[in-house]
Amino acid sequence: MPLSWLILVILAIAAIGYVLGRSRALQSANGDARDLHSLPSYYGAYVGMWAVVPASAILIIWLLAQPYFVNGQVLGTLPDSIVAEGSSVGLVMSDVRRVAEGLETAIAQGAVSRAEADTMDVGTTDIREMLGDVGVALGSAVSAEVLTAAQLYRGLNATGSLVMTVLVLLIALGGAAFAWSRSNAQFRARNVVERGVLALLIGAASIAILTTIGIVFALLFNTIEFFRLYPASDFFFGTSWAPSFSGRGGASDLGVLPLLWGTFYISLIALLVAVPVGLFSAIYLSEYASPRVRSIAKPLIEILAGIPTIVYGLFALLTVGPILVSLFGKETVGWMSGGTAVMTAGLVMGIMLIPFVSSLSDDIINAVPQAMRDGSYGLGATQSETIRQVILPAALPGIVGAILLAASRAIGETMIVVLGAGAAARLSLNPFEAMTTITAKIVSQLTGDADFASPEALVAFALGMTLFVLTLGLNIFALYIVRKYREQYD
Amino acid sequence: MTDASMDPAARPAKSGLTVTDARTRKRNAAEKRFRAYGMAAIGLGLLFLLFLFGSILKSGLPAFTHTIVSVEFTMSQADVDDAESKMLKTKAYENFFIAALQSQLEASALDVAFDAKAIERIVGKTGGTIRSHFKDNPGDIGKPVAFELAASSRVDGYFNGRVTRETLVDSRFLQLTDLDLVDALKEAGIIQSAFNWNFITGKDSGVDNPGGAGLGASVIGSFFMMLVVLFLSLPIGVAASIYLEEFAPKNRFTDLIEVNISNLAAVPSIVFGILGLAVFIQFAGLPQSAPLVGGLVLTLMTLPTIIISTRASLAAVPPSIRDAALGVGASKMQSVFHHVLPLAMPGILTGTIIGLAQALGETAPLLLIGMVGFVAREYPEGFIAGFTDANSAMPAQIYTWASRADPGFYEKAWGGIIILLLFLITMNTIAVILRRRFERRW
Repeated sequence: MPLSWLILVILAIAAIGYVLGRSRALQSANGDARDLHSLPSYYGAYVGMWAVVPASAILIIWLLAQPYFVNGQVLGTLPDSIVAEGSSVGLVMSDVRRVAEGLETAIAQGAVSRAEADTMDVGTTDIREMLGDVGVALGSAVSAEVLTAAQLYRGLNATGSLVMTVLVLLIALGGAAFAWSRSNAQFRARNVVERGVLALLIGAASIAILTTIGIVFALLFNTIEFFRLYPASDFFFGTSWAPSFSGRGGASDLGVLPLLWGTFYISLIALLVAVPVGLFSAIYLSEYASPRVRSIAKPLIEILAGIPTIVYGLFALLTVGPILVSLFGKETVGWMSGGTAVMTAGLVMGIMLIPFVSSLSDDIINAVPQAMRDGSYGLGATQSETIRQVILPAALPGIVGAILLAASRAIGETMIVVLGAGAAARLSLNPFEAMTTITAKIVSQLTGDADFASPEALVAFALGMTLFVLTLGLNIFALYIVRKYREQYD
Repeated sequence: MTDASMDPAARPAKSGLTVTDARTRKRNAAEKRFRAYGMAAIGLGLLFLLFLFGSILKSGLPAFTHTIVSVEFTMSQADVDDAESKMLKTKAYENFFIAALQSQLEASALDVAFDAKAIERIVGKTGGTIRSHFKDNPGDIGKPVAFELAASSRVDGYFNGRVTRETLVDSRFLQLTDLDLVDALKEAGIIQSAFNWNFITGKDSGVDNPGGAGLGASVIGSFFMMLVVLFLSLPIGVAASIYLEEFAPKNRFTDLIEVNISNLAAVPSIVFGILGLAVFIQFAGLPQSAPLVGGLVLTLMTLPTIIISTRASLAAVPPSIRDAALGVGASKMQSVFHHVLPLAMPGILTGTIIGLAQALGETAPLLLIGMVGFVAREYPEGFIAGFTDANSAMPAQIYTWASRADPGFYEKAWGGIIILLLFLITMNTIAVILRRRFERRW
């Protein structure tokens, strides 16, 4: 039975259970809902819950565990010799899986019968040709060992699915029957159902933790794998980035420093654009602008934050880059040779960050108590003197926090640098040269044709880890500052 | 500031409210300057916005028109049989087309010399299209049929100003002399601009055919991705927010969840792409480039946004509502699900739509789960296949076009951005309207 059908059957059992549980509870109260402890629907929900929850828990565990069990069993039967000639265990296993899937397709199309598929051997049938006829292309001829393993794999999986289906259905029925038998007027169904719902809510809230764990583990395992193949000191202190996809192993230079430099340089330029513009906009909007101007200008500037980064990327590549080349290119001062450069990406990223800086600073400036302004005006200070000497010093920690948050955004930004900054990793001070960043290299290392086990691909995870730690550190620090500042005036 | 401690003799001799002295003038000037800086900053921000939208519209609008060559002619059964008997069948059909073109030109009294090669450079090899039309519609044989064929992307460029006589370099794609023919055809009304529906509904083309590229298939990919995001992130986000806002006791565990949510909101999107690649594709074995995987990754990414806005709208429901429900005997759970949640629903929906709009434009994670290398040449077959079959998505398609070598694709990328922004504007407008209509002040 396919999985979707199994799930539908479980849901059907739950629905029937709902009706039966409800009517049994009503019956036990002689049809008078007032004599029940809970509303009748809670008894139905109770039975439905017992039908679905244990059965789906078993289903999920089984689905996760079965591939491991089957792989282990099949690997155990494979002789060592075949692995040696097939270069790696993973490759042989994927061959086995492919043949097994091919046999399944062949059976589904009626090319062979189930019994034939289980008994055929390499001597009598050309498996490759047979599977080719049903549309499953194999790279090479199938060896006897692989075929046996595939037959075993198919057999184990078929048995596993059958056992799973029967077991899950039995548990669903059993759960429903158990809950049904307990449904009577005295039973406190609502309390049980509400506890179940609460568990569901907690589960949903925990997904945030699971996501973080998922990110950390995905990065950590692959990073450790990378450092096994490539020395960590060379990664952290190497000044050259030159991955080679042809030569494996030590042929590549994978030093993170040029990428870090590119990242910081571009972020710096972005902040040099975004901080003055954003900060002055915030000051003007919160201190000078009339409510009418504010209600128009603030949403307009915030539109900049809602534009997808791919738009900014294209803007950098096709509009800003060519403009900069015409200003600083060969024809004028000759500083810039191509459209993609630190300056291009930095400028565009700065535009993107303006609303971040402005709306965060706006909130913070508004949080400065009015009494401080009034005190300053009372002493005869002009508005700008008040802002410069009273409000800004008071808001400074919060503004620094906002700038740090913007910096963490800049460091993690991907599309603008992929399209606008270029691909060459360089340690240079010239902002008109192409440089590259951590995020851009994560993309290029993972979207190439490289084998996922090679250091050239795994380095992306180490880069991701570096990026994650950097942005997380900046964020925690920034949030700490902002929170501390807010407490000051609360 | 330190006026009080100043030596009386050093004080300006004449000072009063009626006379503005140098110092006051200086301070007032500084005030004006400061104010001007603020206005300049706002102006600069708005200027950037204007410039951005201006260049999007200027470069993107041409993608919505294309140049078509419309020629009407009749092929009798004998002509078709004759063409089918030739060695080069499509060539025979093409000759028919050229002859028809020639006669139409002569009918409008325009005489320009041209050869088959020039026609091929302008509209491509037409024979195949004509032949398959008559194969598919045998009833059209013997009747006049109007063929509308898309001109090559260079002719497109000539029409909308991307290619001019000055910039054109003779190549196998288009030659300077061809432009004379194009001008003549334009005068005769045979070649003209038309709205390019194929760009909105069509599929992606190969790397050498920018004219035929369409966004339709990737819009469908985005649609299925958004379905996944909506049906996962809305229930999960609401459930998580209800727990955190209404039930969670103040302890280590809930603190941990809170810290996690606020940190996840700030994790770079590319890191979610790495998560998707490592967990969903490598570990769980889900198919590459599938909208399902894209949807899962984007769900994890939008969850913090949705949780934060949902919690805000739950917190905005006044405690008196809860107290009233509890007072007439509802359980805590009933008070939340029957009373607080419905009242918070408009706010929750607004937050969800804004979260979806954010997810729709997100590109970086899609690069890593393989939505970029994939060329969306086909629509998905059926509803389930829409989730599991490899497809592209709008932002991924735009990125793919932007990284192709032919500049004809840049125009398509800009056009794609216009469509993407239209979607985002629509979603945000719906969110604003929802908020305006259902917002309650307590």
